[in-house]
Amino acid sequence: MAQGRILSIESMGLVDGPGVRTVVFFQGCSLRCLFCHNPDSWAKEGGELIASDVLLKKLLRFKPYYKRSGGGVTFSGGEPLLQKDFLLDMLSLCKKNNIHTCLDTAGAGVGGYDEILSLCDLVLYDVKAIDSAGYEKMCRAKMEETQRFLEALKRIRPETVVRQVVVPGINDSDEYMKNLKIYIDKNIPFASSVELLAYHRMGEYKYHKLGIRPALGDTEEMDKAKAEKLWQKYFGDYKNPAVQANDDLGKLREGTDV
Amino acid sequence: MKERKEFVGGIWQTEINVRDFIQNNYTPYEGSGDFLEEPTAKTQKVWNRCVELLMEERKKGGVLDVETKRVSGICNFLPGYIDKENEVIVGLQTDEPLKRIVNLYGGMRMAQQCLDKYGYVLDADVHSHFAQYRKTHNDGVFDAYPSEVRAARKAGLLTGLPDAYGRGRIIGDYRRVSLYGTQRLIEEKKRDLKNLDGDMTDSVIRLREEISTQIRALGDIERMADSYGIDIRKPAVSAKEAVQNLYMAYLAGIKENNGAATSIGRTSTFLDIYIQRDLDAGIITEAEAQELIDQLIIKLRLVRHLRTPEYNELFGGDPTWVTESVGGMSLDGRPLVTKNSFRYLHTLINLGTSPEPNLTVLWDENLPKQFKQYCADISIQTDSIQYENDMVMRPLYGDDYAIACCVSAMRVGKQMQFFGARCNIAKSLLYAINGGVDEISGAHVVPGVEPITDEVLSFDKVWANYEKVLEYVAGMYVKANNIIHYMHDKYAYEASQLALHDTDPEKLMAFGIAGLSVAADSLSAIKYAKVRPIRSEDGIAVDYETVGEFPQYGNDDDRVDTLAVDVVTKFITELKKHKLYRDAKHTLSALTITSNVMYGKKTGSTPCGRKVGEPLAPGANPMHGRDKSGALASLNSVAKIPYKGVCQDGVSNTFSIVPEALGKNNAQRVENLVNILDGYFDQGAQHLNVNVLNREMLIEAYENPDKYPMLTIRVSGYAVNFHRLSKEQQREVISRTFHERV
Repeated sequence: MAQGRILSIESMGLVDGPGVRTVVFFQGCSLRCLFCHNPDSWAKEGGELIASDVLLKKLLRFKPYYKRSGGGVTFSGGEPLLQKDFLLDMLSLCKKNNIHTCLDTAGAGVGGYDEILSLCDLVLYDVKAIDSAGYEKMCRAKMEETQRFLEALKRIRPETVVRQVVVPGINDSDEYMKNLKIYIDKNIPFASSVELLAYHRMGEYKYHKLGIRPALGDTEEMDKAKAEKLWQKYFGDYKNPAVQANDDLGKLREGTDV
Repeated sequence: MKERKEFVGGIWQTEINVRDFIQNNYTPYEGSGDFLEEPTAKTQKVWNRCVELLMEERKKGGVLDVETKRVSGICNFLPGYIDKENEVIVGLQTDEPLKRIVNLYGGMRMAQQCLDKYGYVLDADVHSHFAQYRKTHNDGVFDAYPSEVRAARKAGLLTGLPDAYGRGRIIGDYRRVSLYGTQRLIEEKKRDLKNLDGDMTDSVIRLREEISTQIRALGDIERMADSYGIDIRKPAVSAKEAVQNLYMAYLAGIKENNGAATSIGRTSTFLDIYIQRDLDAGIITEAEAQELIDQLIIKLRLVRHLRTPEYNELFGGDPTWVTESVGGMSLDGRPLVTKNSFRYLHTLINLGTSPEPNLTVLWDENLPKQFKQYCADISIQTDSIQYENDMVMRPLYGDDYAIACCVSAMRVGKQMQFFGARCNIAKSLLYAINGGVDEISGAHVVPGVEPITDEVLSFDKVWANYEKVLEYVAGMYVKANNIIHYMHDKYAYEASQLALHDTDPEKLMAFGIAGLSVAADSLSAIKYAKVRPIRSEDGIAVDYETVGEFPQYGNDDDRVDTLAVDVVTKFITELKKHKLYRDAKHTLSALTITSNVMYGKKTGSTPCGRKVGEPLAPGANPMHGRDKSGALASLNSVAKIPYKGVCQDGVSNTFSIVPEALGKNNAQRVENLVNILDGYFDQGAQHLNVNVLNREMLIEAYENPDKYPMLTIRVSGYAVNFHRLSKEQQREVISRTFHERV
């Protein structure tokens, strides 16, 4: 049994993938995204050590909720791909136990992507930027790794939802959205939907707790209505029944997990 | 206009058997709420007047008026109206809406305190005559209480015992009056009296006297109804008569008694039979059907009792627990959902949100899908519904039970409850450490337990002592309740309500606990971390230094959840070793109402890290902020507390979530809430209160009460108007875990 490092578990995730989901936040991330609201997930050594069979046992307790709602588990983080063996172990254990799996990732792992992706029922792929200059600025890391992941994604073609965090003044322009659409059409034409996540500052308290200065400083939160408009204009035709039912909050999730 | 069709016959015709009538005649409804109608002009006029009166009541500090010249009784008040020409259903407790009754049978001193608090003076003749000629329930109880019970009351080990006010939790089968008429019911009681012969033992004599009292009460109900021009002697024919006569029967109960909780029972599907028959015959329209229910519900919203300040401190928000159980399934697999189930819930839209009546949906996975969705939708909109698991209760209580108060199931008209309030098992744990000495007063409350003097607490030693304390507490607690109910039967007998039960119904004695999560977490701290008591000069452990991590109840972690299960199992086992008054059956609940705040005040610091005076968690809820793995892990922990045979009087859990965390849009929120309820109850859990609201809104309502005069929230087992809670209780509600994930 592999062991993994877990930041936390949210047993009632209702907005990350279909149905009622358990969200397992992996500890550790090599990116340092400017907008990150989970800086407590960065360190690779922190978190709680847990064996895959123990985690599976926890997940099985939530089956009464999954079975009716079409829910399951979402592996998020941090970056779940960094703990490759543990992730693989979890994915195959879930498969054996009929638990629907969703991988919420930025694609910045340590390889083994084909194998991982072929075990995932759904991938939430977080596109940070569409060129290496933008990526390095946004994530303070090189783009090569996520490009390797993208190649694997194209080969395996699991059900994929593309996500992009929108930050005022950085990528909320029409021009960026136009290029993002071209980028997705070219690389991930099989995406079932695209979600724009409005940047928010609700994670700021975590920075203060850790004594780190938030990289975006005083940057305002992204206006939800504006993000909604951008979504309508550029991605409204990526039809996914799960996000179609029109709503009062907009087709946006507040924030992102990476 | 067509003729009404005949009811389908059955054994209900030859014996008093409302269930059989329902089973033979009801029409299950699987559709949506699209048929529902808005309130009629008449309803709006009546309700608008009530809203004014409720506002006045609030401005006057919570009590609008008190009748000081008469005391409680079925026939002691002149008829009263809200807006006579627009009232379709009539009947008030006194001659004016919201005017409260003085009930002296529970105890003179208590009644006096209530009057003093609100600035009223009891009529001098009434006072002197009653005091001179009538012994009260409270007098009787204190004549018999042993000193150990008095000490436990004083220490706050036992609190809220019904030894000075009506015990309540007795649900008359008010439907019987509509179905059979009082004449038939009186005949049946006379026959029971005649048949009750043989050796005149205590129990036979008592029962004979009770039946005679019940027969007189049925006559009183007739006369009370006469004063409104309503004849209830014969079976109801029209839908309107069915609703009106049922309400008259209920009204008699709340004129006669001031029981803490006075449920109306399970009436919606029963009344649907009459309503559907009149709809089919073209005698009424859907709007008129809704009008009958809206107006019945208006009456139930106006039920009032006069309470002491101490009572309000325990049970905040002036609750009356007019609980109505809606839905559930028949034993034959048909849902007991009818159009009238929708109409009852729809009153929350037609008349706005309200804590009363305490609408309780009996949940089953197989309930019609559209009904489940309708319930969830109303929950999200109003926070006024609670859910209880028909799948665990139906096998034990059949398909014609109702909920008394918050979570207590009983067969309607066939079982009654002796309400036993609750004892503090968190404090009991401190007694285990301190050798039975109270950590706050220093009084010796529990004998026969050696104090633990170790520098670091050992789990085995503490547990061994805890078992001894629980054994003692169980015995003492049974003594208190046996005395209370003996005296209640003797001095404050609920004749009108028990007249609507079978003669000699089965009795359940409902014990309760407060502080379950604190006890479990403290035991877990002792077992898995290092707990050093900090002792006072007298050697009493008054605080604890806890070093290291320990599993906490509310995270679906068996290491601690099993400790909670062990505690309740041990306690019910000990209770069952003691014989109960009238051979009642022992039941137990983990339910606190808002008394968790009061219990906390009287409980010293606990090894789990909770400090002296801080509130305990309500009901079976995990302690605030300790359920760190999200809502479902929290629900899973509570679902482990066994219902059948252990906590068979109920396991209360309150769940608050912010709308954004429940889903992206209303359709998803409804769907998710339905799935959560299905998942929770699938595991054998018993009860869930659902609040979908923002903490910010509560804080705003706390600071600006006038902005949210009608804000209703669910707390342990019932709903309250937020503004009716004390500031302290409001703060506690705000501090509770809200499930929100960003």
